[in-house]
Amino acid sequence: MSKTIAEINDKIKKGKAVVVTVEELIGLVEEKGVSKSAQTVDVVTTGTMGPMCSSGAYFNIGQPKPKIKLGGGKAYLNDIPVYTGLAAGDFFIGAGALPDSDPRNKIYPGKFAYGGGHAIEDLVAGQDLRFTATAYGTDCYPRKELSTWLSIRDMNEAVLFNPRNIYQNYNVAVNLSDRVIYTYMGILKPNLGNANYCSAGQLSPLLKDPGFLTIGIGTRVFLGGGVGYIAWWGTQHNTSVKTNRNGVPTAPAGTAALIGDLKQMSPEWLKGASFTGYGATMVVGVGVPIPILNEEICRHAALPDEKLSTRIVDYGRDYPQGRMRDLGTVNYAQLKSGTIRVRDKQVPTASLSSYPRAIKIASILKSWIEEGRFFLTERVGEFPGPGSGYSYHPLKERPIT
Amino acid sequence: MISKRIVLHFPRDLVSEPTISRLVKKYDLECNILRANITPRQVGIMVLGLKGGNKQYKDAIVYLKSLNITVQPLSQDVTWNEDLCTDCGACVTICPTEALTKDPNTQKVRFDKDACIGCELCIPACPMGAMEVHF
Repeated sequence: MSKTIAEINDKIKKGKAVVVTVEELIGLVEEKGVSKSAQTVDVVTTGTMGPMCSSGAYFNIGQPKPKIKLGGGKAYLNDIPVYTGLAAGDFFIGAGALPDSDPRNKIYPGKFAYGGGHAIEDLVAGQDLRFTATAYGTDCYPRKELSTWLSIRDMNEAVLFNPRNIYQNYNVAVNLSDRVIYTYMGILKPNLGNANYCSAGQLSPLLKDPGFLTIGIGTRVFLGGGVGYIAWWGTQHNTSVKTNRNGVPTAPAGTAALIGDLKQMSPEWLKGASFTGYGATMVVGVGVPIPILNEEICRHAALPDEKLSTRIVDYGRDYPQGRMRDLGTVNYAQLKSGTIRVRDKQVPTASLSSYPRAIKIASILKSWIEEGRFFLTERVGEFPGPGSGYSYHPLKERPIT
Repeated sequence: MISKRIVLHFPRDLVSEPTISRLVKKYDLECNILRANITPRQVGIMVLGLKGGNKQYKDAIVYLKSLNITVQPLSQDVTWNEDLCTDCGACVTICPTEALTKDPNTQKVRFDKDACIGCELCIPACPMGAMEVHF
């Protein structure tokens, strides 16, 4: 028996849709099997909340009098340089941007206390930020300087746009070197002192639809506490990685680019973050609904942590040099137990992605759908899927002589 | 019997007094130095675990204060700001005493103040700035 998205939306409208979170679906499938569960359940909700560096936001400030052309000039938001290579009134800020005055890693390891992600969080929280700009002045935009307080309410548009979010699976990071290293996967102690992972595992959106059978361009999602959309597949999208016997990638694979109205979002689900020795970033909360159109979709969505695995990578030497050595594979149940075995050593594990927040997102999205406030979308375009040959490749340098 | 962890701030000029030795010999206290940074002509700081009789402990504190050493309970020093914590867990493998752990069932972060020795390793490990130190 199969369903369509239109049928499911009709049920949502009537308040009759059966919506469950991934955790509830796993329980249901254990109890009643895939076939029965696929018939009963209309939508399963996923969730994830972790650091997602490839995030940012663009804005239109509305013109002051006299007018100023930001494009080609320079502008700063709370001292953070923003991108002004756009039109007169637009700018973009990236989560990893840092004030010019930040010492970076000159005093190692750097703190990166305030970056673009923090500025976005402050805007979402409704705060006033300092906006300063210098421009070269034109006949139609004569102004050369602007210095003003700016809040999200002052902007015409405030749009979160993240080129790469919700990685389908991610590495487990360890350190085989003999010194402490400071990475985007956290502080890694020498000689396999700890192992850090970054995925919600069984709740992680793209792990639950590994073949991109429902998720695609135009999919409506929970983004930062508001409603967003999948705009495109994300950067570094990779369909050419190893999969397990359930067809689920066992290494970082698919990604999605997300877009949404920042004005609807909340600082509870968008948070600036600082990785010591690495940089500033933003923690983003995302939830994706998966329509249970058939048994295959249901079977994948119900795969528990035990059946989702990932690879262990050395960030001491291998990762920085772009070498890929297999240090083994572990599943998410093992990772969540607190220790894993690597090279005959018991290594304590920690997560950078918040599983309790992922649970909360999945349940919020569930209630939105149950209350008829959130309808599913038909995707308007597909992601390159498994077998498409679409893959990530490293840069082949062609030195300029 | 009393068992406490305290933070001592030593004045710049206190160098000749064998403080810890007195705590052991005169006040019969078990001393466990958890952290110490004491350099002549600088304000020194020591995190100290003390165990012993109630009266001896009280007298020892009076003795320390008589030397112009300020005494604070350790629990005031490292705090976990639950509002900022997102329950990721980046801190749990960095904390050397398992004061920061994850509940295996809920995957939520827990902070056991009594197990904290104030080493501050969690401060740079937390991306959200949820671990704060107050000396």
